[in-house]
Amino acid sequence: METNLKIQDELLLKMYEEMVLCRTLDERIWMLNRQGKAAIMASSQGHEAGQIGSVAALRKGYDQCYIYYRDLAVLLTLGLTPAEIIKGFVAKEGEPLSGARQFPTHGAHPEYGVINLSNVIATHIPQAVGAALTAKMKKEDRVIVAYFGDGASSAGDCHEAMNFAAIHKLPVIFFCENNGYAISVPLSKQMAVDNVAGRAEGYGMPGIEIDGCDIVAVYETTVEAVARARTGLGPTLIEANVERYLPHTSDDDDSIYRSSQEIEEAKKRDPLRLLREQLLERKILNLKEDKYIHESAKEIVNKATEEAENAPYPETTDFFKHVYAE
Amino acid sequence: MAEMLLRDAMSKALREALDEDDRSFLMGEDIGAYGGAYAVTKGFLEKYGEERVRDTPISESVFVGAGVGSAIIGMRPIVEVMTINFTLVAMDQIINHAAKLSYMSNGQMQVPLIIRTVTGGGGQLAATHSQSFENWFASVPGLRVVVPATPYDALGMFRSCRKNNNPIIFAEHALLYRVRGEVPEEYYEIPLGKARIAKPGTDVTLVAYSGMVRVAEEAAAKLGEDNISSEVIDLRCLSPLDLDTVIESVKKTNRVAIVEETWKTGGFSGTIASDIQEAAFDELDGPVIRINGPDVPAPYARNIEQLMIPSSDWVVKSVKYNFGL
Repeated sequence: METNLKIQDELLLKMYEEMVLCRTLDERIWMLNRQGKAAIMASSQGHEAGQIGSVAALRKGYDQCYIYYRDLAVLLTLGLTPAEIIKGFVAKEGEPLSGARQFPTHGAHPEYGVINLSNVIATHIPQAVGAALTAKMKKEDRVIVAYFGDGASSAGDCHEAMNFAAIHKLPVIFFCENNGYAISVPLSKQMAVDNVAGRAEGYGMPGIEIDGCDIVAVYETTVEAVARARTGLGPTLIEANVERYLPHTSDDDDSIYRSSQEIEEAKKRDPLRLLREQLLERKILNLKEDKYIHESAKEIVNKATEEAENAPYPETTDFFKHVYAE
Repeated sequence: MAEMLLRDAMSKALREALDEDDRSFLMGEDIGAYGGAYAVTKGFLEKYGEERVRDTPISESVFVGAGVGSAIIGMRPIVEVMTINFTLVAMDQIINHAAKLSYMSNGQMQVPLIIRTVTGGGGQLAATHSQSFENWFASVPGLRVVVPATPYDALGMFRSCRKNNNPIIFAEHALLYRVRGEVPEEYYEIPLGKARIAKPGTDVTLVAYSGMVRVAEEAAAKLGEDNISSEVIDLRCLSPLDLDTVIESVKKTNRVAIVEETWKTGGFSGTIASDIQEAAFDELDGPVIRINGPDVPAPYARNIEQLMIPSSDWVVKSVKYNFGL
C-alpha cells in the first residue's frame, strides 16, 4: 500500500506538471488567436484532468488514441512538443500532424498512436472500432481509446460504433468528455436521460460516470477499463464530467447562451486548482516548487511560441501531394 | 478459355484476396451464412470462418468506418455495401475520411480499402434501390472508382485494386452478375485507368461504362445493320479516367455519344463531354451527345422503368437524329 501510494504521488506530480504546461499552452494559443495569428482554437481548459488522467493509464505509443478537437492535453501528454502544437495553430512548416493541411490538432502521429482526427463529430468512433477490430484479429493486446464530447454521443456513428464493439468484445474505451454543451445546446436538449454512461447497458458493456475534474478518479477508472480491454473482456464506456471554461471555439461567443455566473460556478471545480490543493495539502508539492513548475511552463511555451512564429510557412507546391497514395 | 459469370469472377477475385493476403478480410451485411445478397460470397463462411467473413449489423457507417480504421493501420479490408443506395448512410466515412485521410495526414496515412457495392437499376426495385452514384464518387479527389462491364475485367481490375493503396469504390452492376464471359485460367491483371475498345469502328464513338456497355454494344450492332460503324469504348474506371483513349477515338470518328444510366443533371457524361470539347473541339463534326436517364426517381412499374434507362434503340435513334446519319 505504501509503495502504491508513493508511485501515485510521483505520478500525480507528473500529471500536475503536464496540466500546468497544458493550461499555459492553451492560454497562449487563445492569445495567438486573439492576435490574429491562429485562425481557430478549441480550448481544452477544464478538460485537462480527464485527458491527462486517462492517457496516464495507457501504454504510450502502443495503445492508440482517436481524439477529438478539444484534446490538446492528450496530444501534449502523448509526446507532441508545445512548438509542434503551436506550429499547427499558426500553420507553419514542420507541423507534424497534417503538414498544416487540417485544423490545428487534427491529423495523425503514428509514433504516438494518434491515428486520425476528423472534425466531423463522432465519425472517428467507427474508425477507432476498426482499429480495435484489427488489434483483436492480430491478437495484439493493444487498447484503443475513442475520445469524444457529449455532443458526439447523439450522433448515429456513436451508437453504431458502440453496438459493433460490444458485439465483438473489442478492446476499445469510449471516453466521453461531457462538458454539458454541444456548442450552445445544453445537455437537457441533447438527451432525455441523466447521463451518457447509462446507455452502455443497452449495448452490453459497463458504463461508468465519473467526476472528470478528479484526476485520480479518471486515472483509476481508465486503468480498470484498460485492463478489461487488454484481457479480452471488451469495451467500456467512461463518461467523465468536465467543464468548459471558454466558448466552444475562438469563433464562438458563449455569452449568448451561458451566464458568467455559471462559468464562475464551474471554475470551483477547476481540475488544475483541485489537483494543486490536493498536492499542497498532502505535501507532495510546496509553494516554491509550484512557482517553479509555473515558471518553467511559461518558459517552455515562450520558447515554443518563438520557434513556431519564426518557422516558415509550408511550401505551396507541396499542397498537391498525397491526394492519392504514392 | 473458360467461361464464367461475372458473379463467379467476383467470387474468384475475393477468394484470391483471402487466400493470398492474410491482411484481407470481408465485412458486410449478410455475407456470411446467407452468402451475400447477390450470392458472391456463397460458401465463404465455411471456408474462411467468421473472423474473415464478418457479418455486420445494419450499420453501414460503422462497418465502412471500421474498414477505414483497420485499413489505415495496415489491414486490407474489403467491405460490401449491399447496394450503392446504402452508401448514403456511410457517405461521411467515404467522402470525409477514406478519400481524405492521405491528404489530411500529409501522406502519413493510406487507406487501402475496397468498398464493393452493387449499382444500377432495371430490376423493378424502385426509387431508393435502383440508383447509380458512381459519378458522385468519381468527383471526389482521393477516391478511385472502378466500374467493370465484363467478368474478365471484374477479376482483372479487382486484382489491380488489391495492389492499390487508395480507397476504391468497386461498383458491380446488379444486372451484370448473370453475364457470362471468357476468363482465362492463367493469371492476368487489368490496370486501373485504361479504357477498353469493346468494338472498333469509324463513324461514331459510343462511350459507356458498367451496365451501359452492353447497351452501347447492342446499339452498335443495330447501327451496323444500317452501315454505320460505331466504336464502343468501355471506360472501365471513372477514376482514374482514361480520356486519351476517348480522344483518340473521337479524332477518328469525329462524332461521339456518351451513354450513362444515371440522371442527366450532374451525370459523369457531362464531365466527359466537357473534357472532349476542350481537348478536341476542332475534331468534332457535331455536338457531344449525352444519353442519360431522365431526372426522375426510378419508378416500380416495369413499363415505366424501362423508359427511364437508356436502351439500344434509344441510342440508335439519338445517334441517327443528332448526327443526321
